[in-house]
Amino acid sequence: MKSKLPAYYTVWHYLNHYGLRLTALLVLMFLMLPILVIIPLSFNAEPFFSFSSGMLALDPQAYSIRWYQEIFTDLRWTLAIQNSFMIGIAAALLATVLGTVAAVGLASDVMPCKRLITALLISPMIVPLIIVAAGMFFFYTRFNLVATYTGLIIAHAALGVPFVIITVTATLSGFDRSLYNAAVGMGASPVRAFWQIVVPLIRPGVISGGLFAFVTSFDEVVVVLFLAGPLQRTIPRQMFSGLREQINPSILAVATLLILVSIALLVTVELLRRRSERIRGEQF
Amino acid sequence: MSAQSSLSPQDRRAALRALRQRKLVAFLFVAPLLVFLFLSFVAPIASMLFRSVYEPTVAELIPETLDAMSDWDGEELPDERIMNQFALELKKLANDRTSGRLAGEVNRSLPGTSSVIQSTARRLRAVDDAELSQSGAELLMKANKRWGDVEIWRTIESTGQPYSFTNYLTALDLEQARDGSIQARDGPKIYVDLYTKTLRIALTITLLTLLLGYPLSYFLASLRDSTANLLLVFVLLPFWTSLLVRTTSWIAMLQSGGVVNSILIGLGVINEPLELLYTEFATVIAMTHILLPFMILPLYSVMKGIDPSFMRAAMSMGAKPWAAFLRIYLPMSLPGLSAGALLVFIISVGYYITPALVGGTDGQMISNLIAFHMQQSNNWGLAAALGSILLAVILLLYWTYDRFVGTKSLSFG
Repeated sequence: MKSKLPAYYTVWHYLNHYGLRLTALLVLMFLMLPILVIIPLSFNAEPFFSFSSGMLALDPQAYSIRWYQEIFTDLRWTLAIQNSFMIGIAAALLATVLGTVAAVGLASDVMPCKRLITALLISPMIVPLIIVAAGMFFFYTRFNLVATYTGLIIAHAALGVPFVIITVTATLSGFDRSLYNAAVGMGASPVRAFWQIVVPLIRPGVISGGLFAFVTSFDEVVVVLFLAGPLQRTIPRQMFSGLREQINPSILAVATLLILVSIALLVTVELLRRRSERIRGEQF
Repeated sequence: MSAQSSLSPQDRRAALRALRQRKLVAFLFVAPLLVFLFLSFVAPIASMLFRSVYEPTVAELIPETLDAMSDWDGEELPDERIMNQFALELKKLANDRTSGRLAGEVNRSLPGTSSVIQSTARRLRAVDDAELSQSGAELLMKANKRWGDVEIWRTIESTGQPYSFTNYLTALDLEQARDGSIQARDGPKIYVDLYTKTLRIALTITLLTLLLGYPLSYFLASLRDSTANLLLVFVLLPFWTSLLVRTTSWIAMLQSGGVVNSILIGLGVINEPLELLYTEFATVIAMTHILLPFMILPLYSVMKGIDPSFMRAAMSMGAKPWAAFLRIYLPMSLPGLSAGALLVFIISVGYYITPALVGGTDGQMISNLIAFHMQQSNNWGLAAALGSILLAVILLLYWTYDRFVGTKSLSFG
């Protein structure tokens, strides 16, 4: 590496150069280490959140998969896992359909009050969750939506919408409108042109928007705290009470599984982004 | 203009009609989502804002008394007619088992009155209506001598107003004096102090993310794309990892037998474990970790667009590296810097979960107090007022963000 540096470099230059590298490395470690620490801790045989001396000595006796067994046998955890997926998928579908259609409208060059409406559609991402949750609690009570799946799905869909709007709008900004015009000009109905031309081209953006909406719901806990009854407890809600009431290491096992989920999501979104870039690249 | 004037009036009308139609179609695409968001999101928040100024409970419980009080001057004790009326209504509440609600509402404005109202209500329960309308005032005085205190009547009258700004005054540590003037409340400024603390914590987090995020983004932007993309995974993975996972990991890191304390003891830096968890420090460090990607991603995307030859040009013309950085690179990276900083600040001001889990009593922010008034003290009006002030702060920041940065720069992944 040193040979690549320009010959006129002084000691100060070197210090700057390696100082920057060191800082960057330390920051990357700060980002990653707290997450990596979770994984070995989840195999702790003892019911604690810390490394036992046996674990540090790499004694096999100090490791166990009992916390993993617990989450798949404890009814509260299995219900929470089911709920998280069910609510997340339903909310993401609702947000994706409504958000994609709206993003197509927003992309139109004649859309009235575009700036104001965009700001409004993005606002669920900006308003503090505690305010959203409190407001929904007051309002949904009147319609008997508190402690129901419907109430939570609606609430989470509203929170996921901004992510769909942002990702689909980004995909649409590279969309060549003349393709749609050509299809309509050749006799396709606007609906057919939309489904056969627009949708396939923006699909990567739509799917990653939907994934963001799913993650938003999957990770959300404040609204769940206010709106959910005991039957609607989700994974984060179960973790929250686990961390608050008595620290139980099965949370670490769940956390490790969630890290795997986030790796899978990260890979998927990256593949979608590449695909979207490729599709856009092919147009020009 | 010339193109327009060459059109015939019919053509112009047709063109305008076509334009209107296209506008309508565009709007129809957005309409379903607008309706949905209005019902699921905007209306709930609006109803919460409304609740902060509208508190009809007392007005619904004792309407006749409040009616009778309308010409009372509030200087001396109310006359017998008002007191009799109140005794009648209090008896009715006692029999409907709703006197506790009245007691709770009045007690909130004048602590210590809950027991006065409750015990009096119990004694009036069996008294005949006719007797109450004759000598209700006497019976009240006999039940509790506090009814001879004009303050309690004034409080009943003021809590009986369905619309009031009392919650906002409380939320700003103010109170309204008898003559209507607004003054600071005695005692510590609980709420103003908490707002200040929230803003201070948010600012600290923003500065820390900037301090950590800027060099890393700068470094990533200087790398080849393939290397940078590889290292970006270390930024994106935490970004995608559940908030509760990361909060959990900070509990494991900071607790007294946790990783940080074990390392410090192992290195011989300290002998006793430090109290790191359940402090303001824990809130700040965990939130810095959680929000750091929100700083790095916009910074990196702006820095990637800065041509490195500008810096080289400045240096080849004799600028010292630091001067070149400060005068060329830093100004060019400002859009990313302001986007990241505003984003982190906006998100951290309203944070709830992390302070609730790792903050202890020190590291609580305004959201935690709102949740407390919602769930534990059941003072929903005050919670709504505190929430409205927080919302106003956030909207102001968002407006600034939208004006200077634009929501277009928000991107994820």
